Amino acid sequence: MQNYMKLEIAARSENESFARNAVAAFALCLAPSLSELSDIKTAVSEAVTNAIVHAYGKKDEGAIAIACTAEPYFAEKSGEITGGVLHIEITDQGCGIEDVQRALLPFFTTLAGEERSGMGFTVMQTFCDGFSVESERGKGTRVRLKKKIGGDHFQLPSADTSACEGALIGLEREDVNAG
Amino acid sequence: MQIRAQLNDRILYVEIDGEIDQHSATRARQTADRYADDYAMRSEKAVFDLQNVSFMDSTGIGFLIGRYKKFMRYGIPVYLTNPSTATDRILQMSGVYTLMPKI
Ligand SMILES: Nc1ncnc2c1ncn2[C@@H]1O[C@H](COP(=O)(O)OP(=O)(O)OP(=O)(O)O)[C@@H](O)[C@H]1O
Ligand SMILES: [Mg+2]
Repeated sequence: MQNYMKLEIAARSENESFARNAVAAFALCLAPSLSELSDIKTAVSEAVTNAIVHAYGKKDEGAIAIACTAEPYFAEKSGEITGGVLHIEITDQGCGIEDVQRALLPFFTTLAGEERSGMGFTVMQTFCDGFSVESERGKGTRVRLKKKIGGDHFQLPSADTSACEGALIGLEREDVNAG
Repeated sequence: MQIRAQLNDRILYVEIDGEIDQHSATRARQTADRYADDYAMRSEKAVFDLQNVSFMDSTGIGFLIGRYKKFMRYGIPVYLTNPSTATDRILQMSGVYTLMPKI
């Protein structure tokens, strides 16, 4: 059976650090590099923060579900795990997103007055290898992230920023639901 | 997140330590803005030292731009220095350096 982890947290900002570090700790089973771990933490933090800030608004209630599965890659000779693919799902039952296509645009935010930059979804897409959002108004939002671990086997684009644009084009956008 | 400020030769050095996320930014805003109020008359520019920022997500972009606006109200330009690779990537992709140049 595939390795997995599931957890549920209260949608409170003090859980942000716990959430991203819990996912990073689970990801250790795929032997990630420090920079891959850092990417995972950043992307998870974006999705969890969105659920806290946008999904449930000012209400001090609501839950966030985080589910991860790990698809390991085994080295041919030693049989050791040397990487793989981490799938992350972050789900809330909050207000939902009115127009997903628009929400994905860089710098689009509905909370400009609260020092939001509208870059969260762009950061998730740049720091992961697969990304999709499903959202229904009044029902909630689910963000799916995919991160490949072990650059050698997968020939990831280099981490320098000039690669960001290229990375954005190669996204799995087909299952993005316009709501 | 901890914020310290030090005035040296009319340059205000603001050192940020720790993780910048939604949770930590809420309180740090007030601290940083108080430094702007306290030191504005005696400084001609501010340098935010990010060397000890161990984590930052997009909340950090909003946080830094908010402080930029606060300092600019006093006519004080803000510069950023020593970001980690991960922080640098976020600052670069969001165009923050066009407002607050990296030195
Ligand atoms: N879980 C969610 N529930 C409801 N609305 C959401 C959710 N996630 C995102 N949104 C909407 O999508 C918009 C864009 O999100 P994104 O993370 O890109 O930017 P932001 O959160 O507004 O700003 P930043 O992440 O830069 O602080 C948000 O302003 C919000 O309207
Ligand atoms: Mg966001």
